Amino acid sequence: MAAPRVLVLRAPGTNCDVETAWIFDRCGGQADRVHLYRLLESPELLRDYQILCIPGGFSYGDDVGAGVIFGAQLRSHLADVIGEFLTEDKLALGICNGFQVLMKSRILPGGGEAWPPKAEEPADATLTWNVNGRYTCRWVKMTVPENPSVFLRGITEIELPMAHAEGRIAVASDEVLARWRTRRQIALAYDPNDNPNGSVAHIAGLCDPTGRVLGLMPHPERFIQATQHPQWTRRRETHDPAGEGAGVKLFRNAVEYFG
Amino acid sequence: MLWEVEIQTRPEGLDREAQGVLSQCQALGLSSIRNVRSARSFLVQGDVDRSQAERLGRGLLADLVVETLQVRPLPSTGTSTADGQLFNVLLKPGVTDNVAATVLPALRDAGYSVDAVRSCQKYWFNVDADPAELKRVSSKVIANDAIQQVLPGALSITSLDVGSDYGFRKITVPMAAMTDADLTRLSKEGQLYLSLREMQTIQSYFREQGRDPTDAELETVAQTWSEHCSHKTLRGRVHYRDEARDIQFENLLKETVFAATAEIRERLGADDWCVSVFRDNAGVVRFDETQNVCMKVETHNHPSALEPYGGANTGLGGVIRDPLGTGLGARPICNTDVFCFAPPDVADKDLPPGVLHPRVVTRGVVSGVRDYGNRMGIPTVNGAVFFDERYLGNPLVYCGNVAMIPVGMESKHVSPGEYIVAVGGRTGRDGIHGATFSSAELTQESETLSGGAVQIGNAITEKMVLDVILQARDLGLFTAITDCGAGGFSSAVGEMGEETGAEVWLERAPLKYDGLSYTEIWISEAQERMVLSVTEDKMAEFEQLCQAEGVEATIIGKFTDTKRLVLKYQGQEVGNVAMEFLHEGRPPVVRNAEYAPPADVTLSLPARNRCDDDLLRILGSLNVCSKEWIIRQYDFEVQAGSVVKPLVGAKNDGPSDAAVIRPNLDSSRGLVVANGMNPRFGDFDPYWMAASAIDEAVRNCVAVGADPSRIAILDNFCWGNTERPETLGSLVRAALACRDVAVAYGTPFISGKDSLNNEFSYQDAAGHRRTVAIPASLLVSALGQIPNVTDAVTMDFKDAGNLLFLVGQTHDELGGSHFALVNGLAGGRVPRVDLGKAPRIFAAVSQAISAGLIRSCHDLSEGGLAAALAEMAFAGDLGAEIDLRVMGARCGLEEDLTLLFSESNTRFVIEVTQAAAARVRELFAGLPLAELGTVSALPRLVVRGMTNATRIDVGIADLKNAWKAPLDWN
Repeated sequence: MAAPRVLVLRAPGTNCDVETAWIFDRCGGQADRVHLYRLLESPELLRDYQILCIPGGFSYGDDVGAGVIFGAQLRSHLADVIGEFLTEDKLALGICNGFQVLMKSRILPGGGEAWPPKAEEPADATLTWNVNGRYTCRWVKMTVPENPSVFLRGITEIELPMAHAEGRIAVASDEVLARWRTRRQIALAYDPNDNPNGSVAHIAGLCDPTGRVLGLMPHPERFIQATQHPQWTRRRETHDPAGEGAGVKLFRNAVEYFG
Repeated sequence: MLWEVEIQTRPEGLDREAQGVLSQCQALGLSSIRNVRSARSFLVQGDVDRSQAERLGRGLLADLVVETLQVRPLPSTGTSTADGQLFNVLLKPGVTDNVAATVLPALRDAGYSVDAVRSCQKYWFNVDADPAELKRVSSKVIANDAIQQVLPGALSITSLDVGSDYGFRKITVPMAAMTDADLTRLSKEGQLYLSLREMQTIQSYFREQGRDPTDAELETVAQTWSEHCSHKTLRGRVHYRDEARDIQFENLLKETVFAATAEIRERLGADDWCVSVFRDNAGVVRFDETQNVCMKVETHNHPSALEPYGGANTGLGGVIRDPLGTGLGARPICNTDVFCFAPPDVADKDLPPGVLHPRVVTRGVVSGVRDYGNRMGIPTVNGAVFFDERYLGNPLVYCGNVAMIPVGMESKHVSPGEYIVAVGGRTGRDGIHGATFSSAELTQESETLSGGAVQIGNAITEKMVLDVILQARDLGLFTAITDCGAGGFSSAVGEMGEETGAEVWLERAPLKYDGLSYTEIWISEAQERMVLSVTEDKMAEFEQLCQAEGVEATIIGKFTDTKRLVLKYQGQEVGNVAMEFLHEGRPPVVRNAEYAPPADVTLSLPARNRCDDDLLRILGSLNVCSKEWIIRQYDFEVQAGSVVKPLVGAKNDGPSDAAVIRPNLDSSRGLVVANGMNPRFGDFDPYWMAASAIDEAVRNCVAVGADPSRIAILDNFCWGNTERPETLGSLVRAALACRDVAVAYGTPFISGKDSLNNEFSYQDAAGHRRTVAIPASLLVSALGQIPNVTDAVTMDFKDAGNLLFLVGQTHDELGGSHFALVNGLAGGRVPRVDLGKAPRIFAAVSQAISAGLIRSCHDLSEGGLAAALAEMAFAGDLGAEIDLRVMGARCGLEEDLTLLFSESNTRFVIEVTQAAAARVRELFAGLPLAELGTVSALPRLVVRGMTNATRIDVGIADLKNAWKAPLDWN
């Protein structure tokens, strides 16, 4: 089987594309960093890829709200190819700003079955400002509730760094949460005693009901080498400093899905 | 139609902005303000009806899950104050409005016929708030006059149009007939800030040409000759005298800092690892077979004094463009920042007129650095903050950037016939006179005089430029590049075309709005612009690449072979000056420098049984305390290269000595970044201050595992007015130490910068003119290398039972120490360095680390041994049992206070397993090494003194709390 092709989609202000593409390649994928403008010019380009990844950064400066403009571009100009992509047996991943883009475009939480979103139906969930009101860079511990996400297979808990200002999940009503729970869409949850941003139900990541689309605020591509862990110098005996980090598993799972 | 789309947090939600304003009002004691509400709004002008305005608000601008939306036509007539007293804050016309610049194309893209957008922030205060207090809020809290305007009540704006028509008129300055008094006046009123001798030189140059200069020519000379751009004082002739020396320098920098590097390179011979130093925008050294690494550190002090957010924002944006404009362009991999502020507890009534409160400055500067660095996707990995009253009117903001450049791309060459291409942001009226303004002293009127020198950056524009430049570099699409910094096109083109000549077509530069004169275009320091030299045959491909990424690239002229700088506007010549006159015509600055050492004052130690309280107060002092509130606002993980983070330890909150990063994910070779600075020592002797700064920067690098034979350093002199011989004298003395210590340590200076005239003048209440000069502030930044990042060590204790050793010699050096500071003690001897022994100590520590013998290592700095042990303990969540007797015997000191708190240089505490102890002792044979005690599971720091009496016994939780409390801001 040929290496699955990964489209790492970058827009003005995207800034985690290089390391994200690097780890997809390292895991056996074949990643291309493609500018949004190019995809807008030739939407059919998306058909050549099995994995779509929207990496972290500050697309369009987060000037109106994180992910808003990038999301609007996907919704208004690429609705057809994205709809096609979501209904096929393909994978999509949004990390940090990429998660915000997936939410603001409304690819998440519904995935293919809710695409394209109807303009007259307002969103019922969002990613908004951290409760502490500021950008926060730190490591977080998460658990993985039972969910269908392809990316999280075999992971029950994970530590990753986060770095964001608008990472708090907020919902319009409790029914939304209940629906996510029923459909097992809560993919990652912060330690309830150490919720870094005030996210409702401690949610750090959401998947669509099929498990093929995942969005998460923390950065798995920033824990691909053991030396990225904040305590690697304290645990040399148990964790080889030359080894890999726990974040690699998400990317490997995605690549192996097509193996 | 003009619409206002107003967005508020839902009533049940959290209005962060309003809360922040309210707490600042409380801090200022504005007690009549009890209620604040805020909204953000967008002013949208175009062919848009109400239903469209509502739709664009709902669809794009508001997040209706957490916000509500209101749309109203402008001008608004409502005068009701039922909701409270309303203030609208808008950026002044012409100031970069990043939000609006993003929204306008997004709305057009969504199909709305919109022709202008502005962003606005709104605040409502309780109706009965005191008008005088509201006035203070509007000038001190919600807006900064330098860039914003506050409109009370309903918005009565009728149009968003900015700019005006420009009718070309060539302006000449009738200089030929001017008297000396006229010339002096012209220099001052025209904000040229040139000396009379320099003005006379310009006058005679144009007399020889038989004409008067145009305004553009005069500005070009002023910018090129400014202190900021030419560093004329430090490169000038200086006659220095002190208690022992009498030296005539022809070029101060060349004979001190540069000379050290030259000597080291010569000594290294074939092993010389400097690649390009003191030549380009950043210094370049060898990293591995394929890549070199470069670094630059800049200051942005005066803009940050007037508008902390914008000043720091553009300070960082500017220094990132330096490596990007080095060689054929380098890829930025990390940022550093060092700030000097006045203590945040200054009473508002004690602020001189025109000075922002240090809290406002601190918050603004931190936010400015945060928003630029994070958006650029460059991790901010290292920094420091120093507090001293003398930074009140004149804070210091140092920003640094490290970048990688492929081997072979470190030089550039412009040829006649190549296009001069401007890339990136558009040119506006912002930043006019930044170069000359930064070379002048600040006064309380600076705000009104130099408002144009204050700007807001747009990091996304710069990120787009960066993306394009690195691709174009690898495709070989340009032959030379430099950044548009201070002096704008004038400086960039003038430097690039120095050897060839250049002709510039000013009307071609893309403008933010109409109405700029040719001179304004030429000297504007609008941000995010680079200037490239592109051959004719590559131009189409280059333009295509830029277009594909949405970056504007415009030909604004051609390099020529005339060795003249020719400026044209719509075909008419508005400037024509010989490059030689610009770059070589400035009369040398000749200065006297004197230094008289202050009289020796003995420091009398206070009587003490226990030192718990001294230690807690040192840990809780502003320079030592935790900077976590700042650090966590910076993304220090992006690019995935993080190895040793700024905060380390069991709970990720201990103070790391230096950052280690892996610049290439495929390799385990790493970079180490650290800094050293201690303005307090300068009050005793600037020579030892500089020596200590270098020692601190180097030992920070060595403490985490850097190879001491591969550490490059950078100097950054921030001083007061060096026209005073004693001020320049203290600078010369520091420069002499730079030369001596760099040579002894084998650490070459690779780049540097100076910022002089850091003084603030005002009239006090009694009408007396007062001037506050900053303390002599030399920042030394260090760029180290570590062959294998997995060898790195951190400063947190690892395991109970391990042995602790002190490396290095302790002397009675409490002068300028933090023990003296918290106890208000004067006098004492300032720490010195042992030029012979220090390099051997560094080499031994490095060897022990790379041999895997050291479990934790921390350098000794402010607070000496006691503070270092405390930090290692609470970072590692472990205690320590310490006995000072071995150490005391080794250094021949009896006094426990001296052993605990002296700040002698070149010292470390290392943690070693019992098994490794013998090998460590062997490695340090002949070097000062003293066993201190052990790491303990009991979470207390216990220290026994020379008489075996307990001197310190404090729980690590109390130590950590004291250390965390001062800057734990919300």
